[in-house]
Amino acid sequence: MARYLLRRIVLLLITLLITSVVIFALTQLLPGDVARLILGREAQPQALEDLRLELGLNDPIPMQYVNWLSGFVTGDWGTSFTSGNPPIRPLVLERVGNSLLLAFYALAISIPLAIFLGVLAGLNENKWIDNVISVVSLSVVGLPEFVTGLVLINVFALGLGWFPASATAPADATFGEMLSQLTLPAITATFVLLAYVVRMTRAGMIDELKKPYVRTVTLKGLPRRQVIVKHVLRNALLPTITVIAISFGWLIGGLIVIENVFSYPGLGRLLTAAVERKDIPLLQASVMVIVFFFALANLIADLLYALLNPRIRLE
Amino acid sequence: MTSANVSYDVPVQPSALTQIRRTLFTTLRKLSRRPLSLVGLVIVLVFIFLAIFGPNIAPYRFDELIRGATRQPPSELYLFGTDRLGRDVFSRVLWGAREIIALPAIATALSVLFGATIGLFAGYFGGWIDEVISRFLDGLLAIPALVLALVMLGTIGPSSFGIVVVIVILYTPIVARVIRSATLNMRALGFIEAAKLRSESTAYILFREILPGVLPALVVESALRFSYAIFLTASLGFLGLGVQPPSPDWGRMVNEARETFAQTPWELWAPAAAIALLVIGVNLLSDGLRSIFRYEGQLV
Repeated sequence: MARYLLRRIVLLLITLLITSVVIFALTQLLPGDVARLILGREAQPQALEDLRLELGLNDPIPMQYVNWLSGFVTGDWGTSFTSGNPPIRPLVLERVGNSLLLAFYALAISIPLAIFLGVLAGLNENKWIDNVISVVSLSVVGLPEFVTGLVLINVFALGLGWFPASATAPADATFGEMLSQLTLPAITATFVLLAYVVRMTRAGMIDELKKPYVRTVTLKGLPRRQVIVKHVLRNALLPTITVIAISFGWLIGGLIVIENVFSYPGLGRLLTAAVERKDIPLLQASVMVIVFFFALANLIADLLYALLNPRIRLE
Repeated sequence: MTSANVSYDVPVQPSALTQIRRTLFTTLRKLSRRPLSLVGLVIVLVFIFLAIFGPNIAPYRFDELIRGATRQPPSELYLFGTDRLGRDVFSRVLWGAREIIALPAIATALSVLFGATIGLFAGYFGGWIDEVISRFLDGLLAIPALVLALVMLGTIGPSSFGIVVVIVILYTPIVARVIRSATLNMRALGFIEAAKLRSESTAYILFREILPGVLPALVVESALRFSYAIFLTASLGFLGLGVQPPSPDWGRMVNEARETFAQTPWELWAPAAAIALLVIGVNLLSDGLRSIFRYEGQLV
């Protein structure tokens, strides 16, 4: 297991290294002079040149990349281009916390619900309950987040008044207030995750129920509940773990839209703002952090999978 | 009967086009037997019709300001009402149908074309092409799709062309991987071996022997890519990185309508409902295809 873990961590680092090259290369494609972007149109040529020197913009590109990466790794994430040039690291880290809070809330709702619905559908293959779950998850659940989010706001915030319409997350909010603010965004995120996890759990259940060992344990007289809980679920839920890891990518994409719908100060909203303002250092830092958490989630899922499946672990 | 006529020949292969046409017809027949898939098919066909003829049906142009008719609620005259500037929302939705369908469709078609070709070659020959594709895909999949799309569109600037390019870059490797593994499974089959022994050309083997075999995976994957591409285009539009004004973009219309939601809610609901209906239609259709071809498709 230790060797497996080590190999996975090395792979994670390689992934991060490759994506850092991709991100850096992409942001280099940005047209325009960065120094002019910061100082504005009326800047003196001398001031522009000084800033270029200070930012290392005259260095060869590979050199700039190495400087940027070593700065990023050692915790120097640079300063934002926006007025006041705030340092990026505290800004991004604060937003990461907010986004993670929302992500965990969404996962806490969606994973148990999705597995429950998937198992229910799988156990009742092609009966009405399976059809209802399939149709609902296919149609409603595949909608873009901004559509579901706006419907939820309209019904539960503006209509019924149960939850606030935006999640602005003031620092002094109590836990209860936070929870109530985050409920609608979390439910919106749940919708996206639900479809895939339900689908794969259902398929896993159906496959597993057809296997010979299920017949054996049934014929030896084990009650149905025990057959399912003790034998089938363990195997059927294995692929579900991978699906949850993959749908993390969907969750991240979803959060970007959802944070914009609910005006929630998370990393996704920071990223869209950075894109709008062409704030390159902020853009680079946000994307690197997002990719890091995405890779970490995949790593955790792989480890969990290996823990539950000796065939992988002992390979 | 001369010896030349003894049928040592392989059974005559119908042309690739005939095979594709046959697959298309049987697929349509099977789809129409499933009520939900039929609903999806009808919805998609209606939207394609609107994408083509929408501007002809629309009573107004998308940017036409109707004098003295700002913020009109839906009525016989203005089916979905008018917005704060006095533009007919119904007409704007109709005009907007073209881009939300055409851009994902073009992007999907290109991704499938490139992806299938690369996948066929990689799967059949293996070797370095295979390695390059796999590594490239790993790198791409490490960044969530919407994040990568945001960064790319942010750098090259939002435009219709940009959206197509971004989707093609995102989806070509995914299609390539699917077709590659399907090809890999077929490579060892007897009839491929037989074709090689008859010294058929590589092109013949790839496109006449293998392609029909990987067609089910290709069809399902195309439908899935199309639905994801619509999802992505709509989301990018909502975030302000879609088709640029004055062209009406459904996602952007929804975002802009939020400011005036209290006065003109119809301005928000019309494009939102249009997106919802289109996505539901495409999802029902692609689900039907998945069941018919018994292939789940890629999740990303």
